[in-house]
Amino acid sequence: MLKINNLHASVEGTEILRGVNLEVKPGEVHAIMGPNGSGKSTLSSVIAGREDYEITQGNIQFEKEDLLDLGPDERAQKGIFLSFQYPVEIPGVTVTNFLKTSINELRKARGEEPLPANKLLKKMREKMGLLDMDKSFLSRSLNEGFSGGEKKRNEIFQMAMLEPKLGILDETDSGLDIDALRVVAKGVNTLRTKDNAIILITHYQRLLDHIEPDYVHVLSQGKIVKSGNKELALELEEHGYDWLKEPAV
Amino acid sequence: MSKENELLEEVTGSDYQYGFYTDIESDKAPPGLNEEIIRFISAKKNEPEWMVEWRLEALRGFQKMTEPKWANVNYPEPDLQAISYYSAPKQQEGPESLDEVDPELLKTFDKLGISLDEQKRLTGVAMDVVVDSVSVKTTFKEKLGELGIIFCSISEALQDYPELVRQHIGTVVPRTDNYYAALNSAVFTDGSFCYIPKGVRCPMELSTYFRINEAGTGQFERTLVVAEEGSYVSYLEGCTAPMRDENQLHAAVVELKAMDNAEIKYSTVQNWYPGDKNGKGGVYNFVTKRGLCEKNAKISWTQVETGSAVTWKYPSCVLKGDNSVGEFYSVAVTNNFQQNDTGTKMIHLGKNTKSTIISKGICAGQSNGNYRGLVKIGPRATDSRNFSQCDSLLMGSSCGSHTFPYIETQNKSAQVEHEATTSKIGEDQIFYCNQRGIGEEEAIALIVNGYCKDILNQLPMEFAVEAQKLLEISLEGSVG
Repeated sequence: MLKINNLHASVEGTEILRGVNLEVKPGEVHAIMGPNGSGKSTLSSVIAGREDYEITQGNIQFEKEDLLDLGPDERAQKGIFLSFQYPVEIPGVTVTNFLKTSINELRKARGEEPLPANKLLKKMREKMGLLDMDKSFLSRSLNEGFSGGEKKRNEIFQMAMLEPKLGILDETDSGLDIDALRVVAKGVNTLRTKDNAIILITHYQRLLDHIEPDYVHVLSQGKIVKSGNKELALELEEHGYDWLKEPAV
Repeated sequence: MSKENELLEEVTGSDYQYGFYTDIESDKAPPGLNEEIIRFISAKKNEPEWMVEWRLEALRGFQKMTEPKWANVNYPEPDLQAISYYSAPKQQEGPESLDEVDPELLKTFDKLGISLDEQKRLTGVAMDVVVDSVSVKTTFKEKLGELGIIFCSISEALQDYPELVRQHIGTVVPRTDNYYAALNSAVFTDGSFCYIPKGVRCPMELSTYFRINEAGTGQFERTLVVAEEGSYVSYLEGCTAPMRDENQLHAAVVELKAMDNAEIKYSTVQNWYPGDKNGKGGVYNFVTKRGLCEKNAKISWTQVETGSAVTWKYPSCVLKGDNSVGEFYSVAVTNNFQQNDTGTKMIHLGKNTKSTIISKGICAGQSNGNYRGLVKIGPRATDSRNFSQCDSLLMGSSCGSHTFPYIETQNKSAQVEHEATTSKIGEDQIFYCNQRGIGEEEAIALIVNGYCKDILNQLPMEFAVEAQKLLEISLEGSVG
């Protein structure tokens, strides 16, 4: 589904990603861990198509198509979803209105008619139940005055509504208390199917107690320095990142 | 930064969508401004003798005045002697039905998406359509007539209800109130007159579409709305103008009178030609709008301003009666080289008067948007209150936005609050929308509509939709 080959990316002349290789297949959950500044968030931004980064080498393929040729909206239309680490506020635009616009734009790109309002509402109610959300949420301005936990929950809610092929969760666990973490994890787990894939970007192992990954990768200084199964995450928890830092592969 | 510039390029790439011109023969006065022309206009319109004198008095006042320079806008002063002050579509008699209306005109309305047919059928809005100075068609007049409501062109009013017009005209905006109001008083050719009798609640939104439609003609509209004691009316004014190379002067005067316990809601959507992307052409929109509130009366101004090259207007409320209420809700968009100096004046004279000002400016391109507002609390205005909120949204780094709030209080018990914010549409917001599959233009429309929501909510439903469309058209592809 997603294939990253020798990806190099820099921002304002500083190289952040220095040759990332990663392959994600349908049905898989990959966790990408690493210390602060290792390039985790850069990687998610580059996949999603943020323009602040310059790709100096390598490529990204999504379903055999070269992703780097596409704008961020086109990538979203192909089925890539990013749960933002810091979701932005859009005053005056309700969650409902935002989601309606988003869903209908995605449908339009697939050549489908807009989703009728009653179906949209039904789906929203269903997904909100999954994430333990109050319906007052829908009429609030997007992320405006939301607590940290509400913002993250709102991201996962959008993911549930948009049903992407690839969901990238950028530090969705940071700033969440344990109850919120459980709810978010439950939401993500219900969205796991054999056809879609998830990339979890996280600093801590604790999210992986709730969402079990198939693979764990350690990103350090812009490269994946170690890959393994979920045991690797436990090892990291115990020993920290220092033992991996210096010797690049 | 490069992204910003690219986007700005795109903004300037969006052309005026209502740039077409209807070819109608017109009956036109020679250019120039003098007593003779005034007499010509007045005679053309078969006006009563007092009206001629009234106009001439305004002209004499005007001739002693000079154009004020305090607004934060720059433009070449219009040559008032080069303007033709009268132009009327050639027509024998007022049509009784749409069949009798010039088909060219109907086509024009179709292009604007405001075909009378559709308006009549779908919205139940009575329209007094003004094309180049003369009212062509008035609908629903009979129905309103049953309630004693008068809604007609001001020329008709001068024929049919001269005393009513005489009693009220110039009482809110005196003839020599300011340079352009004086000019308007001297040369106005048409406009609307609306009279709501005591205790009557007008059952429908009254709506007027203005168009400037003849090359080289200025348009001087005169609108007078009188709401008698305990009555209510919601009045909509919408404007679009076809594309023109030379600048066109538009100097309108709108007077509202809300008697005891009456309420007037006045909404405007203004989309005159703003000039091209290099700042060439466009309408000069120098308007005087003012309302007078008697006891317990209320006047609300709501405006969505997206057009004109230079705009200069301050819809105001004189809160004369005790407990009267004034409101001003405004969205003003400037793009490319547009300039805008707009705001309101809330003059608190009566006790316990209350005013609210919500102004949202949006600037893109090289444009310049200014909010200028006065809140004045007179010595008698005990316990009066004002709340003002002035927000600006900037797109790109080549535009400018300024806020000039003036507060004068002569009564210690008054409460005046002023809040102001300036923000930018961020690349972060755009990227967030993009990531959800929403393209650039839709993202901007979404963000801007969210920002203007409080104002758009004040507009009647069908107008809000149109206003939303206009915002999207005028900001197509823009951001920074």
